[in-house]
Amino acid sequence: MDKQDNNHIIPYKLYLTVLAGLITMTIVSVGVTKIDLGNLSVFVAILLASSKSALVLVFFMHLKFDNTLLKILVTSVFILVALVLFITFLDYNYR
Amino acid sequence: MSIQLHRDDDASKLGMWLFIFTELLLFAGMFIVYGVYRYLNPVAFHLAASELSITAGTINTIILLISSATIAMASSALRLKNKQLTIILLLSTLFMAFMFMTNKYFEWKGKFGHGIFPGSDDLLRLGHGDTLFYGLYFFMTGLHALHIVVGFILISVVCYRVNNNTLTNNNPVLLDNTGLYWHLVDLIWIFLFPLFYLIP
Repeated sequence: MDKQDNNHIIPYKLYLTVLAGLITMTIVSVGVTKIDLGNLSVFVAILLASSKSALVLVFFMHLKFDNTLLKILVTSVFILVALVLFITFLDYNYR
Repeated sequence: MSIQLHRDDDASKLGMWLFIFTELLLFAGMFIVYGVYRYLNPVAFHLAASELSITAGTINTIILLISSATIAMASSALRLKNKQLTIILLLSTLFMAFMFMTNKYFEWKGKFGHGIFPGSDDLLRLGHGDTLFYGLYFFMTGLHALHIVVGFILISVVCYRVNNNTLTNNNPVLLDNTGLYWHLVDLIWIFLFPLFYLIP
């Protein structure tokens, strides 16, 4: 493994920028509940939550600077979990 | 006589990630239960969810996001050999965790005050859908709060070890893994918040 990768130091400013983005998205997700979007509102809420978790994973959890093995592993596990959820609800919807 | 301790930071990190995957599956299972029951009891879930305070939920979300940023910054500060800032950032994280639990305490206390808690007579009178909603609400946010408590203990240990110089930029992996755990707690809350408080 590349020693350089492990000791990569992320500047404080990047964390603060990501934090600002996360808080903005939280406020947006609360704001859109005031608008009646019908069935779309669930979709918007999940989309915003997914974007927020992507930011947390990539920057806070350091994945952007991790080795390829970890990147592939984490991405595939998240896709697997998302698929399990999606297929379960698909099944329920068309039963 | 000095003993050469074997250390493998990459393996430690991989191990932490494997643990995170099991946590993910645990909560994903509960999200499925929630989704299915919500689908079967849409009206009761809608009415019960509107009883939760969006303000309390939003404040707690922002508190957790800030705490995630502070512990992530602590990892950078430790590597930059800035011990004082590392400790300040870790203590801020602990303070945020405490604030989260305080907020949660008042939220739950309010519900208990209205006679709403698992197995209460008032809840049973409200009907099947409400019982399910509040059962899941207390169980899922309760399990999440339990994770906050565990994280609080972990961060305290890290803070103590940074302070007595047994955790430095030469061996930052305990701080990194504690950070990963804390971000997981944040991740779960990112999904719990819209699920219980926002989705109409």
